Amino acid sequence: MADSGMLSGWEMVVGLEVHTELLTATKLFCGCANEFGAEPNTNVCPVCLGLPGSLPVLNQAAVDLAVRIGVALHASVGPSLFHRKNYFYPDMPKDYQISQYDEPICSNGWLEPPGHPRVGIVRAHLEEDTGKTSHMGGDGRIHGAERSLVDYNRAGVPLVEIVSAPDIWSSGQARAYVSELRAILIAIGASDGRMEEGSLRVDANVSVMRKGATSLGTRCEIKNLNSLRSLGRAIDYEARRQVDLLNSGGVVEQETRHWNESTGRTASMRSKEEAFDYRYFPDPDLVPLDPGEDWVDRVRLNMAPLPADRRAALEAAVGEDASSAIAGQIATVVELGLDGLVTAAISEGVKARLAVARAANEAAAAADAARSLDAGRFVQLLKMEDSAQLSASQTKAVLAELLAGAEGSPEEVAARLGLGSMDSAVLDAALDAVIQAHPEEWERFRGGDNKVIGFLVGQVMRSTQGKADGKAVRAGLASRI
Amino acid sequence: MNQALEIAKAVRAGERLASEVLEEHLDRIAAADGALHCFLEVSQDQARAQAARIDAAVVAGEDPGPLAGVPVALKDNFCTKGVPTTCASRILRGWVPPYDATVVGRLRAAGAVMVGKTNMDEFAMGSSTEHSAEGPTRNPYDTDRVPGGSSGGSAAAVAARLAPLALGSDTGGSIRQPAALCGVVGVKPTYGLVSRYGLVAFASSLDQIGPFATSVRDAAATLEVIAGADPADSTCLERQAPSLVAVVDQGVQGMRVGLAKELIDGASPEVRKAVEAAADALASAGAVVEEVSVEACRWGLSAYYLIAPAEASSNLARYDGVRYGLRMPAADVEAMNTATRSAGFGDEVKRRIMLGTFALSAGYYDAYYGQAQRVRTLVLEAFAAAYGSFDVLLGATAPATAFQLGAKMADPMQMYLSDVFTIPSNLAGHPAMSVPWGVGADGLPIGVQVLAPALGEEAMFRVAAAIEEASPPLAAPELVPSEVPHGR
Repeated sequence: MADSGMLSGWEMVVGLEVHTELLTATKLFCGCANEFGAEPNTNVCPVCLGLPGSLPVLNQAAVDLAVRIGVALHASVGPSLFHRKNYFYPDMPKDYQISQYDEPICSNGWLEPPGHPRVGIVRAHLEEDTGKTSHMGGDGRIHGAERSLVDYNRAGVPLVEIVSAPDIWSSGQARAYVSELRAILIAIGASDGRMEEGSLRVDANVSVMRKGATSLGTRCEIKNLNSLRSLGRAIDYEARRQVDLLNSGGVVEQETRHWNESTGRTASMRSKEEAFDYRYFPDPDLVPLDPGEDWVDRVRLNMAPLPADRRAALEAAVGEDASSAIAGQIATVVELGLDGLVTAAISEGVKARLAVARAANEAAAAADAARSLDAGRFVQLLKMEDSAQLSASQTKAVLAELLAGAEGSPEEVAARLGLGSMDSAVLDAALDAVIQAHPEEWERFRGGDNKVIGFLVGQVMRSTQGKADGKAVRAGLASRI
Repeated sequence: MNQALEIAKAVRAGERLASEVLEEHLDRIAAADGALHCFLEVSQDQARAQAARIDAAVVAGEDPGPLAGVPVALKDNFCTKGVPTTCASRILRGWVPPYDATVVGRLRAAGAVMVGKTNMDEFAMGSSTEHSAEGPTRNPYDTDRVPGGSSGGSAAAVAARLAPLALGSDTGGSIRQPAALCGVVGVKPTYGLVSRYGLVAFASSLDQIGPFATSVRDAAATLEVIAGADPADSTCLERQAPSLVAVVDQGVQGMRVGLAKELIDGASPEVRKAVEAAADALASAGAVVEEVSVEACRWGLSAYYLIAPAEASSNLARYDGVRYGLRMPAADVEAMNTATRSAGFGDEVKRRIMLGTFALSAGYYDAYYGQAQRVRTLVLEAFAAAYGSFDVLLGATAPATAFQLGAKMADPMQMYLSDVFTIPSNLAGHPAMSVPWGVGADGLPIGVQVLAPALGEEAMFRVAAAIEEASPPLAAPELVPSEVPHGR
């Protein structure tokens, strides 16, 4: 944790609040579609517009996903209540948000980011999202705008807010926590995990304290963290800012701060004095929620394997081949949900190291397409590489075609691309031609100058338009000495 | 006489046309409502279309429904698709809902014909209908007096025979108190028996919809139509509507009736006498009548004036000028919110929003809202104890007969005391209804209140029917022309 070492004499303490939109077909309290990117104000009805007289009815599919999140985070899932959080804002149709307050559906869980200490989960609760305001004119913020437009399509979309304990002591651990949480949410089908679309949003509570101190410092809440990179940078900046402030005799004020990605700084949004009194009280339009033990048990039984289990399964499949280098690739494979491809390949006898590498590098570059790629085709392609029927670069080319949607078996795709192992007579002819054309280099090679082999191999590859297998070329050159 | 059921019977039998019944009532409204101001909107076009559909159904041999051709007036806090719904507030003036409340759909499916939207205290906050942005409704028995409230327009419309049926909402007595003051039957059912979907919320944990009628039997028939499970309201009970018309004639032989001390103390002597006379009549009909004390009822009013405003402060936040209703121009959105709410809400609504906001504020929540909820539990426990020994309780509905317009406008506490006997049932979620029992020395109607435990509607209606049977005659108010003018 080199980053906290930079705070000489101080350490940072971070707690994270992660909001995730749930992958339900409909909104939390009405039947409107829960979809991103629709024409503004088309997915709306009297309930999610908060029209007079309308009433909320809880979406049981959202409850099911919240229960899954609770089980996946080792939390206790129990009876809970919906409260109203009252404050005025134009994109909030009822001018209160239905949320959970002192009795959340999930509490007391934990998550262990790979390679980092375990982080406690204080709670995870259900709530409705707000609409989206666009400020026109001015600087794009509400003050000084000429007019504001509100899209209520997002109003009422189900969210789960996951609140960590202040158990995070470095930006690396924070990133690993969010990354692992995101992988879990995707694995259990609760979220699509898209930070750039705002379906996964992170706020960071950052404070600093002297090394060895027992009480926490005053914290600031950092908003507008739209990527893991922003999260890491913002935490490091904010901890540094607070340490500098304290070292120069200042005090940290409890406030909400906005992360500016382009300047790389946080700036004050509102202070504690301006903090709202949300006047929480139980929503009388909804009844207490109690999923019950049967529901929780059913979810537990039908739970998709979690990333940690899947990593362990993949490491076991890789077996003796496993090393720390491959562990990083395995993490990537699991995070992107490509482990099905890898295990299929290994079980068909493909070398584990090869299968992991192709999934973690080439397939990962087009992860969405790779997740929907038929495992049989992936396995077939890797067998061709494993048996030297295709060279590594040829395999990558075929894989890229398959991921781009090419029809047919890997063999057919390779043939269409004119790829395949070369006839040995053709390779021999190519080798002889290169030796003849570059007598000087050939003599140096024969004389034991191994540095020139790259040049010779390159010439052969060039004359064969990349169809030759690198290994076979080296072997052919060596046999001619 | 069962005006509504007799109309339905005649229309169903093809003896009368729904359209003809409707025109008679539209004529009455045209003749009398100038003086009374029961209606904020008369929806004659929609009504005529519905009446024509009923008549066509009868001709076609289809079942036109149990309330076929019966004109019904709706308090202006029920959402009615295509017909303005304003809650008698400037902030919603002209707002036309894009959807119908559940009860509106059920009435229509039962063949009823909605004739219009009735006046009320703004957002149902008041006990006299004087807190209407559109001016007060007058009591048909004396136009210098209030009809009660907040559902005063509905109560007065039924009393003046402008419609045989009306719906109101009752949060602290807003159906029963105006029913008592206007000499009609008014019912607040068990909380959750009738869907609130489409009822503009005042205090969600207390609001309940119920009927006004000129007879217990008509009220029972209406409640049967509007009650029952609704997936659009999470607080609506998952049970079918009770059979009430079938039981109203079963009598009260052997029923245990508790004369509730706390629901009589503080009533005027003539109101007290009326309740005692009703109790005697029940005893004569075979009921066992005894006095009982339900002490926690005394604290109901204080608890109510924390819980109801607290919920209202949140329910009424949405009237911010952003999406619908009034919008006052201003420099930015916060200023627009403030200007709109300042101009759009009347004094009583503002008073309650401020009271409720305070009661929910950090540091005060437990002392006010929390304490009020504990009192609510005590009221429930006190009722539960009483219902261990009694099937129903009997008390006064309102402390006195209708008061003069303006008499209590300067003193909110005096106005709030109008509901002291009705509030406990709302806090408990129990059913209660008001049945007329003659008139006072001023010639104005008196109401007797029958209370029952949760889902005790059958016992309540049986007792109410026995009281109605024994009650002194109550003439329809003179103001209404006895001859219906024809050919408007």
